[in-house]
Amino acid sequence: MTQLILFDAFNGLIVGAFYALMALGLSLILNLSGVINFAHGGFLAIGGYLAYMLIPYIGFWGALIVAPLLTAVLGLIVERVLIRPLYGRDPLYSLLLTFGLAFIFEDGTRFIWGAQSLPFQVPGWLVTPLSSQYFFLTGYRLFMVLTVAIAVTGLFLILTRTRLGMRIRAGTLDLETVSVLGVNVRILRNLNFGLGIYLAGLAGVLAVGQLGLQPTVGSSLIMPSFVAIIVGGLGSLPGTLLGGLLIGVASGITTVFFPSASEAVIYVMMAAVLLVRPRGLLGEEGRF
Amino acid sequence: MSGFDPKKQAANIVVWLLLIAVPLWLPAVGGYIELGSRVVVLGLAALALNFLLGYTGVLSFGHAAYFGLGAYGVGMMIRYLVPSTGLGIVFGTLVGTVAAALIGPLIVRLRGVYFAMVTIAFGQVFYFIAFRWNSVTGGDDGLTGWTRQPLHFGFATVDILHKPNAFYYLVLALFALAAAVMAYLLRSPFGRTLLAIRENERRARFLGIPVDRHIWISWVISCGFVSLAGTLYALLNNFVDPRALYWTQSGDFVIMAVLGGMRSFWGPLIGAAIYVVLQDYLSSETANWQSFIGLFFVLVVLFFPRGVLGILRRKAAS
Repeated sequence: MTQLILFDAFNGLIVGAFYALMALGLSLILNLSGVINFAHGGFLAIGGYLAYMLIPYIGFWGALIVAPLLTAVLGLIVERVLIRPLYGRDPLYSLLLTFGLAFIFEDGTRFIWGAQSLPFQVPGWLVTPLSSQYFFLTGYRLFMVLTVAIAVTGLFLILTRTRLGMRIRAGTLDLETVSVLGVNVRILRNLNFGLGIYLAGLAGVLAVGQLGLQPTVGSSLIMPSFVAIIVGGLGSLPGTLLGGLLIGVASGITTVFFPSASEAVIYVMMAAVLLVRPRGLLGEEGRF
Repeated sequence: MSGFDPKKQAANIVVWLLLIAVPLWLPAVGGYIELGSRVVVLGLAALALNFLLGYTGVLSFGHAAYFGLGAYGVGMMIRYLVPSTGLGIVFGTLVGTVAAALIGPLIVRLRGVYFAMVTIAFGQVFYFIAFRWNSVTGGDDGLTGWTRQPLHFGFATVDILHKPNAFYYLVLALFALAAAVMAYLLRSPFGRTLLAIRENERRARFLGIPVDRHIWISWVISCGFVSLAGTLYALLNNFVDPRALYWTQSGDFVIMAVLGGMRSFWGPLIGAAIYVVLQDYLSSETANWQSFIGLFFVLVVLFFPRGVLGILRRKAAS
């Protein structure tokens, strides 16, 4: 029993790491630009499919580095061409636009790569279990948790130690003042969007090794990512990280006792948080 | 806005005449009567959403949940409890309205994109319940094994199952009732208060208006009429499946409202007509209709943000 709970909790932690990675990207974009990027899951899927195409040429490790970067470039273009004209208009419009993009991405990947799940090769030594008692501890899973940890640490280092990161954080608080101080807000928003999409692309490469590669891989992850943001606290990136891990583990543990409620439980958690603490676990008071 | 506006009255008369005469002209232009019923049902949903979106200025992206609750409500009533269409409609509408009323207090304090995000996330709870609770809801296959029942009026019985025209007029009658109630509410002091909140929430608050409570009431009214539309949608198809509550359905309602024009009462109905016909056409022409619908979203946002009626009105003004 203990082992079963541990197994499902660890599974939940991995799923939670995906939610967190996705939700962090969503949160970055939402905080600075006020855009809910419904197409985030689509970008995730594209990251995965790019990796699938690149692996025969540059191997898994090369794809792990290149595919997220290519996805981020696509993100920069999408922001520049489609989303930038919508800043300053009712947030409804950017919502609808990314909503439409999500449709196009999902259908487009289905059109190009087919609807069925594609095989995705990860290096063999990563797949073998590390211990016979804790059979679920494969190298790939540990590697995923590690990669997510590195990516998140990198993100927080960028945000706290670099000029770009400081500008992003400042812009989140007061974009107008940042603009008055001579920062090019358009470029800032563009780069910030690219950074968020990079995280989605990275999650995509990792996810397909775990969840399989199919066009709907992104759309199944996006709703829990919303919940992660709400539970963790609007406007707080550490909160988003915490929220993602928390709902992942909670959903994993629920699988042990009441499997059919494993999806619904995270929404119950969201309702509880909104009831007791509307700003979310780590959200700042009075911001929204 | 106030007083007698002959242009507006003329527009109202034209809309109603066209709707009443649908069985006469729709087949002549290549449509079929179920398509007309679908336009009116989804038009009602879009109109109800617009009560909140266009007139209260609150961005809800989760109306599919209440649409779906209404649909499941009527289906389950007829399948499990009492085989009566009328009772089913009342029950389905009630289920959706009560759910909205209960969730309301959790969300009315949020604004803007956050309101949208929380409403859409809450909608997913009902989706997963419908999806997972196989024994009652039929799960992914949907709730089958029931059909819409004849209407009994005491003096007469109307077979709405085999006579599509009769069902169309049932839909239209309920649509008219709902539209009249919403139009009346929007003209009342309550409706004017909603407009004030939309235009300047802070000023409305300073004037002593309990803003959150007004948004809550507007949310419940809007969701209530959306669940009514949901019951009719289930009756139209004699079938419900979890996709009726999936979040993409909410996006459909919003695009209908925007496409027709959020700032006008009839706009969402026009948006629904365009959208339903387009979807009907695309899904019969190409397997990749989803991409075209997505592209359509993008084009509407970039080039027609004011919607059909918004453009017409601007042309008339210039």
